[in-house]
Amino acid sequence: MTTVPIGTETEVTLRVNGEPRTISVEARTDLADALREGAGLTGTHLGCEHGVCGACTVLVDGEPARSCLMLAVSATTHEITTIEGLADGDEMHPVQRAMYEAMSFQCAFCSPGFMMSAVALLDREPNPTVEQIREELSGNLCRCTGYESIVRGVERAAAILRGEG
Amino acid sequence: MKSAGFTYHRPSTVDGALALLAEHGDEAKILAGGQSLLPMMGLRLARPTHLVDINGLDADLDFIAAGPDGLRIGALVRHANAEHHPAVAEHGPMIAAALPLVGHRPIRTRGTVVGSIAHGDPAAEMPAVCVATDATLVARSAAGTRELPAATFFEGYLGTGLRDDELLAEVRFPAWAPTSGGAVVEIARRHGDYALVGLACRVDVLDGIIDDAALVFLGVGGTPVRVTAAEDSLRGQAPSEALFAEAGRIVSTTLDAGSDLHASAAYRRHIAGVLTNQGLAEATSRIGVTA
Repeated sequence: MTTVPIGTETEVTLRVNGEPRTISVEARTDLADALREGAGLTGTHLGCEHGVCGACTVLVDGEPARSCLMLAVSATTHEITTIEGLADGDEMHPVQRAMYEAMSFQCAFCSPGFMMSAVALLDREPNPTVEQIREELSGNLCRCTGYESIVRGVERAAAILRGEG
Repeated sequence: MKSAGFTYHRPSTVDGALALLAEHGDEAKILAGGQSLLPMMGLRLARPTHLVDINGLDADLDFIAAGPDGLRIGALVRHANAEHHPAVAEHGPMIAAALPLVGHRPIRTRGTVVGSIAHGDPAAEMPAVCVATDATLVARSAAGTRELPAATFFEGYLGTGLRDDELLAEVRFPAWAPTSGGAVVEIARRHGDYALVGLACRVDVLDGIIDDAALVFLGVGGTPVRVTAAEDSLRGQAPSEALFAEAGRIVSTTLDAGSDLHASAAYRRHIAGVLTNQGLAEATSRIGVTA
């Protein structure tokens, strides 16, 4: 039994991008705030903070999830992947490179969430149809692009990952 | 959007969780997937002072079991896991049809089937599916176990028959008959949004005659809403386009739907009639019956 009394902080160790991160959180601290403020990983963006916009999407054990709708104290048993975990040194992840080349980013506030959703989709389905891409990314909102360039970017990423890029 | 403070408990046994509920009553909430509860806490629509996190009780609560009595789904089964589970596809075709419509994929990664039922949102798919399939909800407390029929479980907006000291431990769906066809259809503004109107529809056809039917609407009232007059119009009849159209007409003229920012009552009634037609056709075609 673990108990964290109201108004107190506790130390939790999260596994983020393959590395342990020990940070101090309140019970009410969500995973997004823990990543941003505790671990300094500010690539995960917070838009609506109630699960609608998708900007805070991270991978939890490889599956896309809202980091604003998970408590940090409840996330310790999972492997978390954030946008910072995609690139290999200075080498962009194929999803990052493809979406960059397809001009999928405009103001880019939503981009980390889109890329995490896209990584999860392409991991599961290497050859998605446009309908599948649209459906799988329907939980991410973009207020700039009108989505066309984002969908093209994910198609391009799929091609690169299949070795056709 | 930060929730108020609370004391967090992560019990290591189900009995431990039930003891916490017994001690804290209406000041405590269960945290499973958190996809409805945490937004409500962020918006301060819910302010539990104790949160009982059942994540970690997988050994007791994360199960999907199918047998001659039907399909059982435990409290920690995520939507995404049920969605891709062969036993759900085989023994709970209506559940399988509803799951892709629940939220967006990242919500289904964490959200639980049973949590959606316990939350009792009348615009959600799972409560309507429970009513349409005559599911049983299994509530556990320190005092014992109760089995609650879905037909009376949903009492009002976000209100269920669950007591403050109870954990909704599992949902049981009766064995799915090969003579039953099911469909879940809905109209939403965007894929994954809450439906403006949805329908969970079951039709049992014996020897070419409709033996039983369930038409349960979501998004139109404080609970899942059955339209018994339309169900009655189907029983004892042979499936036909005219029969389904008449059921749709009954629905669109009798359904008591509300107006809000997203749709007027008249539009919801109209859509409900269209969905009736569509749902009945889909449900019967799944068992090889053509109207």
